[in-house]
Amino acid sequence: MTVDVRAALETLAARLGGEGAKLTEAQRLSGGASMETWAFAFDGAGGAERLILRRRSVPFDPETARSVSLQTEARLIQATGANGARVPTVRHICDDQDGLGEAYVMVRVDGETLGRKITSDPRFDAVRPALARQCGEALWGIHKTPPPADMNLKVVDGTIELDRYEEVYRATGAQRPILELAFQYLRKHVPAPVEPTLLHGDFRNGNIMFDPQAGVAAVLDWELAHVGDPAEDMGWICTNSWRFGRPDRPVGGFGDYADLLEGYRAAGGRAIELSRVRFWQMLGSLRWGVMCLTMYLSWRDGMVKSVERPMIGRRVSETEADLVVLLEEGL
Amino acid sequence: MITHPRTEELAESVRLWIDEIRPTLDPRNAFLARVAANAMATIYRELTQGPAAEARAVEGMREVLGSDGDFAALNAELCERIRSGELGVETPGLLPMLAAMARDQIAIDQPSYRPEGTPPPAA
Repeated sequence: MTVDVRAALETLAARLGGEGAKLTEAQRLSGGASMETWAFAFDGAGGAERLILRRRSVPFDPETARSVSLQTEARLIQATGANGARVPTVRHICDDQDGLGEAYVMVRVDGETLGRKITSDPRFDAVRPALARQCGEALWGIHKTPPPADMNLKVVDGTIELDRYEEVYRATGAQRPILELAFQYLRKHVPAPVEPTLLHGDFRNGNIMFDPQAGVAAVLDWELAHVGDPAEDMGWICTNSWRFGRPDRPVGGFGDYADLLEGYRAAGGRAIELSRVRFWQMLGSLRWGVMCLTMYLSWRDGMVKSVERPMIGRRVSETEADLVVLLEEGL
Repeated sequence: MITHPRTEELAESVRLWIDEIRPTLDPRNAFLARVAANAMATIYRELTQGPAAEARAVEGMREVLGSDGDFAALNAELCERIRSGELGVETPGLLPMLAAMARDQIAIDQPSYRPEGTPPPAA
C-alpha cells in the first residue's frame, strides 16, 4: 500500500492546527529501509508549529522484530520525558483517522545529529568537553524511569545477548576467527547480574540531537528500547564504530569514560565499574560486526537490492580491528 | 592475465567515471554512487593488496596452528579450534597473528578507518 504522505500531512495539519491550518513545509529526511522521517510545519489557529513525523513504511511484525512498535516508542518518550529525560515532546500519536499507518509526531528539536560533526566540527569545540558528562546525566534520565509493565519490553543480559548474536553469526555461515575469539572471551567475562533498568537500546553518537551551545538536546530513535544492564547503554556509545574517526576519545568520539560515569552517578544513578562498560563496549563491536554480516546476507538472499548492503558487509573488518585491540588490552 | 588493461585498471576507470557523474545525481543516487565508487576502490585494493595479505595470513595461521593447507582450510580450522576453547587469548602468537590479519583486511576494506587504539590525528 502506497501512502501519499504529503496529502496525509495536509489532513493532519488541519487535525492538529484546527480548520484552515496550512501546511507550509513537508520534506522527507533520512530514512532507513523500513522507517521514514518527515519534517513538516503548518500555520494554524494556535500559531506556527514545526514538527517531525516518524512512520513505518513496511508492516511491523512484533514476532520477528527486534524493535518496539512506534506507539510503544512514543509512549516511552512520553514516560521518560515526564520523568525529566532529555527527549523530544510527542505532539500526537497517529491513528487510523490519519491514514499514515504506524506513526507519531513530535515537536522538532534544533541541533545536529551527524556523528562526525559532533566529533570534529569547530562549531562544537566549546561544548564538546561537556558532552560525555551530559550523556551520563541523560542516560540516568532514561534509566530512572521504571519500565512500563504493559509494554512487554524484552529483558536481556550479557549471556542472552551473546546467545542471540552467536546464533545469528552461526546462521550466516561466515568463518571469522576474531569474532569467534570475541564470543569465547566475552562468555568468560559476563558481568554479575544487576537489577535491570529501562534502556534506550541504541544510545550512540548519531542518535542524539546536540546543540552547539547547550550540548545534549534530545535523545532520539527509541526503536530498540528494552530492559537490561545500565552499562549496556554506556558501552554502546563507547563502541569505536560510533566514534567517527576519534578513537582516542572513547565516549562517542568526544569524551572520556570517567566523565560519562561521573555524570551518571552525580545525576543520581548508581556507580558503575568501567570494566562493566568495557564488556558492553566489546560486545557492541561484536554485535555491530554480526549486524554487518546480516546486512550483507539480506542482499545475497535478494531481500534488499541496494549496493549499500554488500559494502556494509565489508565493515565487519572494522569491528575485527577494534575487537583484536580490546582482546589484547583485556577488560 | 592480460595487462593492457589490467583488471584493477578496469575497476579504477569505473570508479573515476562514477565520481565524475555523481554531482549530476539526485541525493539518494549520489549517495549510492559514492558507495559504488567505494566498492570499486575496494576491488582495486583487493586485487593489488589481497594476494600478499592472504599469503601472510596463510603463513601466520600455519605457524600458530602447526598445520598445513590453503587459506580456507586453515581459516576453518582456526575458527573451530577457537570455538572449542582449545585456542584462546593466552595462546602464544594467536593475538599478534589475528592483529596482523585484521590490519591487512582493514587496509583493503576501509583504509580510512581509525581502529581502537589509534592515536589522535596530528593537530
